[in-house]
Amino acid sequence: MGRITLDKVQKKFGETEVIPPLDLTIEDGEFVVFVGPSGCGKSTLLRLIAGLEDVSGGEIRIDGTNATDLPPAKRRLAMVFQSYALYPHMTVRKNIAFPLKMAGMDEAEKTRRVERAASVLNLADYLDRRPGQLSGGQRQRVAIGRAIVREPAAFLFDEPLSNLDAALRVGMRLEISELHKRLETTMIYVTHDQVEAMTMADKIVVLRAGHIEQVGSPLDLYRTPRNRFVAEFIGSPKMNIVDGEEASRHDAHAIGIRPEHIDVGEGPWEGTVGVSEHLGSDTFFHVHDTGLADVVTVRAPGENSHRAGDRISLSPQMDKLHRFDWEGLRIA
Amino acid sequence: MATQHSRAAARFMIAPSVVLLLAWMLIPLGMTIWFSLLRYNLLMPGDNPFVGFENYSYFLTDPAFQTAIVNTLLLVGGILLITVCGGIGLAVLLDQPMWGTGIVRIMVISPFFVMPTVSALVWKNMFMNPVNGLFAYVAGVLGLPAFDFLTAAPLASIIGIVSWQWLPFATLILLTAMQSLDSEQLEAAEIDGASAWSRFYYIKLPHLARAITVVVLIQTIFLLSIFAEIYVTTAGGPGNASINLTYLVFQESLQRYDVGTASAGGVVAIILANIVAIFLMRMIGKNLDA
Ligand SMILES: Nc1ncnc2c1ncn2[C@@H]1O[C@H](COP(=O)(O)OP(=O)(O)OP(=O)(O)O)[C@@H](O)[C@H]1O
Ligand SMILES: [Mg+2]
Repeated sequence: MGRITLDKVQKKFGETEVIPPLDLTIEDGEFVVFVGPSGCGKSTLLRLIAGLEDVSGGEIRIDGTNATDLPPAKRRLAMVFQSYALYPHMTVRKNIAFPLKMAGMDEAEKTRRVERAASVLNLADYLDRRPGQLSGGQRQRVAIGRAIVREPAAFLFDEPLSNLDAALRVGMRLEISELHKRLETTMIYVTHDQVEAMTMADKIVVLRAGHIEQVGSPLDLYRTPRNRFVAEFIGSPKMNIVDGEEASRHDAHAIGIRPEHIDVGEGPWEGTVGVSEHLGSDTFFHVHDTGLADVVTVRAPGENSHRAGDRISLSPQMDKLHRFDWEGLRIA
Repeated sequence: MATQHSRAAARFMIAPSVVLLLAWMLIPLGMTIWFSLLRYNLLMPGDNPFVGFENYSYFLTDPAFQTAIVNTLLLVGGILLITVCGGIGLAVLLDQPMWGTGIVRIMVISPFFVMPTVSALVWKNMFMNPVNGLFAYVAGVLGLPAFDFLTAAPLASIIGIVSWQWLPFATLILLTAMQSLDSEQLEAAEIDGASAWSRFYYIKLPHLARAITVVVLIQTIFLLSIFAEIYVTTAGGPGNASINLTYLVFQESLQRYDVGTASAGGVVAIILANIVAIFLMRMIGKNLDA
């Protein structure tokens, strides 16, 4: 069980309010991702849940019991840090067994759990090494192993993959998702990488300056972003935002259209191709001089023969247009 | 990249400093060994005949020698124990965020700036003196008889004085090491359910192992040759109760003017220092490997 409720949770460092009062419910077994730009308070929120920081106001409930004043050890949560925070002088085996040792578990059960975690995480061959003798990905797995042996109510991850190279990151992303499928334990995952958020989450929480901008499933956020911030933050490449005359024609202060919803070919818009990024499967054009915005990004499927300097016509898919009012809120 | 030629040139270039260092070391050592084999007493001028190991047998069979060896080891061991344990304790305390840490840190470090002779004199006259000392005064207030530290417990008193001098050094090294501990490790341990004591024992202490080794090695080098503190407090007494090897050599050479026996004592001290060094490296040297 791992249902976590935040009720008007607030955090101040001295005078500065990093998290204004905030409500959030995380259901049992959910994979929740906190995303937001750097410094928006993701780590702080996670540390509040873990108990590493004291709240300045409000209440944190875990499975219905008030955990606001419980010390970290009593909250039955496990955390994986960005720096892994392994104990460098202990072997992998001792690292993984550490929480069990602290709980005073008997030797046989301890060994059984460590062995099982090691086999799940492919660490069986490294149990007698020290963290310094492991690669980044293996260290990451040890950190996860140390978290899973405790069978916690929920896992907290703070940007666990940001120290890994791109290929490994994709692999570990999958492994964590699979782990979640198998354990069905609540996971809270902090990242600023919206691809990680989109691919892993059941529920995404978009934060800006400590405020929750929107909560929803990845596709909710993609299809119906509540405001311009979420619209621009979710999706890669970024949504194009157009204001001025073109927006007024749609009765809006600004309109947004994703690069993948603009087709190259006969259409109302026109511009000059600047840089084009060829990914093989897709091509991203940066189109200038459209009279709409500085740059309009367009995604065309497959390989494409347009070169820098070519004039091209663009046709936006009108039903995929997002409209925003002057406050930046979505117009239904 | 180094070619045969440039390597030869490099050797040629560093040769003067190597020669100088070797001379610096080998000439005094050679002279000490040579003198230790002569009958060489300044009170009996004349020729200094070669007598083989006679000086050594005098020195080693002198009843004061055994006392000196035991005292040397007690001094080193006792002071190491106090400074390392005290240093760890102070480092843990000073690492806590608290009001006025800056001032407290400077105060903790300050004994190290006091010259050994001065601090020994201050301790002897202002604290431990059975008539005028602060301890005697406190004892008087409590209605207890004054305790004459330097007469009744000379070695323990010297251990106390020297520990007071070296505690700042240990504290400083251990505090810097403590501050280099990644705070996320402690947070991880906290989440893993480790109590304050467990965090100290399983995380902080192993992290300090290397710094402790450095403290032990450096202090041992200096503590094997404590002299000033003994000279100004007890002068080795009462009797021979607080002499160490250095002090015994001093007595031979400068009080009995027996250069031969003093040199033999010097050589014995060198051998003892090497034995201690070998033991230390065996016991704790592996902590220094990365
Ligand atoms: N101990 C602290 N004292 C004062 N301010 C702090 C402290 N910790 C964090 N902050 C401030 O709180 C804000 C949120 O920090 P936080 O670490 O939660 O950001 P984040 O969203 O995790 O960013 P990133 O993606 O860069 O990790 C920042 O503006 C930061 O400066
Ligand atoms: Mg962070």
